[in-house]
Amino acid sequence: MTTADATVARPATTALPRKKIRVGEQLVHGVLFIAAAISVLTTVGIVLSLVLPALDFFREVSPWEFFTGTTWAPLFLDAHFGVVPLVVGTLTISFWSSLVAFPLGLGVAIYLSEYAAPRATAFLKPILEILAAIPTVVLGYFALTFVTPFLRDIGLEVEIFNALSASLVLGVMLIPTVATLSEDAMAAVPRDLRDGGYALGADKLQVSTKIVVPAAISGIIAAFVLAFSRAVGETMIVLIAAGQLAQITFDPRETIATITAFIGATGNGDVPTGSIEYKTIFAVGLTLFVMTLIMNLISIRLVRKYREVYE
Amino acid sequence: MTSLASTAPSIAADKPRRLWRNRIFMWAMLFCMFVAFGTLVVLLVDTFITGWPAVTKQLLTGLPSTVPAEAGARPAILATLYLGALVLLFSVPIGVLTAIYLEEYANHERWWNRLIEVNIQNLAAVPAIVYGILGLAFIVRGIGVGRVVLAGGLILTLVVLPTVVVSSREAIRAVPDTIRQGAFALGATKWQVVWRQVLPASIPGIATGSILALSRAVGETAPLIMVGAITYVAFNPTLLGPYTALPVQIYNWTRQPSADFQVLAAAGAIVLLVIVLSMNAVAIFLRNRYRRQW
Repeated sequence: MTTADATVARPATTALPRKKIRVGEQLVHGVLFIAAAISVLTTVGIVLSLVLPALDFFREVSPWEFFTGTTWAPLFLDAHFGVVPLVVGTLTISFWSSLVAFPLGLGVAIYLSEYAAPRATAFLKPILEILAAIPTVVLGYFALTFVTPFLRDIGLEVEIFNALSASLVLGVMLIPTVATLSEDAMAAVPRDLRDGGYALGADKLQVSTKIVVPAAISGIIAAFVLAFSRAVGETMIVLIAAGQLAQITFDPRETIATITAFIGATGNGDVPTGSIEYKTIFAVGLTLFVMTLIMNLISIRLVRKYREVYE
Repeated sequence: MTSLASTAPSIAADKPRRLWRNRIFMWAMLFCMFVAFGTLVVLLVDTFITGWPAVTKQLLTGLPSTVPAEAGARPAILATLYLGALVLLFSVPIGVLTAIYLEEYANHERWWNRLIEVNIQNLAAVPAIVYGILGLAFIVRGIGVGRVVLAGGLILTLVVLPTVVVSSREAIRAVPDTIRQGAFALGATKWQVVWRQVLPASIPGIATGSILALSRAVGETAPLIMVGAITYVAFNPTLLGPYTALPVQIYNWTRQPSADFQVLAAAGAIVLLVIVLSMNAVAIFLRNRYRRQW
């Protein structure tokens, strides 16, 4: 791609007299660069807006207490700032929703990539897009008012606010993410590999699961990592359906609190600037940002890896 | 692969087992599709059954109220439309210009251009609520704009900007090089090639991506909570005034204990779903209608 760009950038005019410098063209180049730089400024802004108040926060609360403390009660008179319960809550949600999204998303991807007829794909993909487009506040409402009562009807003793129903809905919401990215990875597997498998007498199941999936595995893992990172960062479903009780439990039937739920519940605009509650938002937000950033970088690297192999 | 080779001689004897294995796998995949689409259908049907009785003129044109029967969402709906317009106004020009820069101008050997690229990939996966924190720190408190529609629009713009850039880049990349070379051969300058050949050819793709990004912005709740889209606004919003958006209004209704407010939340969800899904329908239609084979 870069070589193609280079040839476009310098059309074969070397034999002609040197072209004059056009001010307008230079200006356009500058304007375009400024537009592109806005994204970098956004990142700088995010990092600054998180780090500066977070540093302030760590002047009042020791990082040791923050990262190892097991009691999260920043708004109480006897305040405790142990982030562990929030991290555990976040991971509980992400784990259970991944348990839903990974196998189901991969199944959908294999079906779309290897089995479905083109006409079926043309019909099914827009439906997946619609699933991905449902606003999360609506999904949260659905988890609270439909899934939780449903779980109780089938005999599960869940709290009104519980991690399970939030995870289930979040997991289904992530199916399109897993499916689309995995399918992209599988589409990049060359036909020859499949044909080779068939020539050796493999059937469709064997070609799909023993050739295509392993060949696309780094892209599939990238999809998993990205979906997990989405689950970590999801706010509304968790805030509405899983509750705001920060406790260390791995039982999904219980009420929990995640990092995002705390931020969403606390940062509603009424917190006085400069107070310790206000700074808490940023310390917790920084934790969230770093967690998702690491996962995103892993995912980007994995995607690049499989692209390099086959393109 | 070794297992394949070793089972190969017994293919004929293995046939019924293979048949069943394949059938079971097929059912498993259809089950995956069924869960995804079944949930979607149940969600839509449940929301419509619960909320439909409350989708009234009162809901669409009335003002918020503590009495469920008198509550409406006009300020929230209007503010959501304003936010959508602002997002479109800001994100499309910035996003498309960025995409043009990265696809047509940037020398990818240079570290700053690679930085811009990796940076946009990362921003696309930053949780929306983190943008809310950015908004809280800089736009609302920092610049001192306050909790106004404009601040919300700016934050939502940043949330969806990576999406606009990525889809616009794909649309621009799909325009074949022969078009550019033809224009260069006729003596066009770089910008003339981009402005008169590449951009017109990629408009359907850009439009599709932009509408999808817009539909995401309109349904976004978390960052708006952070920048203070407040609960109770009993007047039509203005660009520089306080506001509440439709998703935030729905969120607030779900938090009320009374069952009547739950019905209102479902009704609000119907309005939001109609707005968001019709945008998606337009995007899908545009993509299918103008898909061009080069």
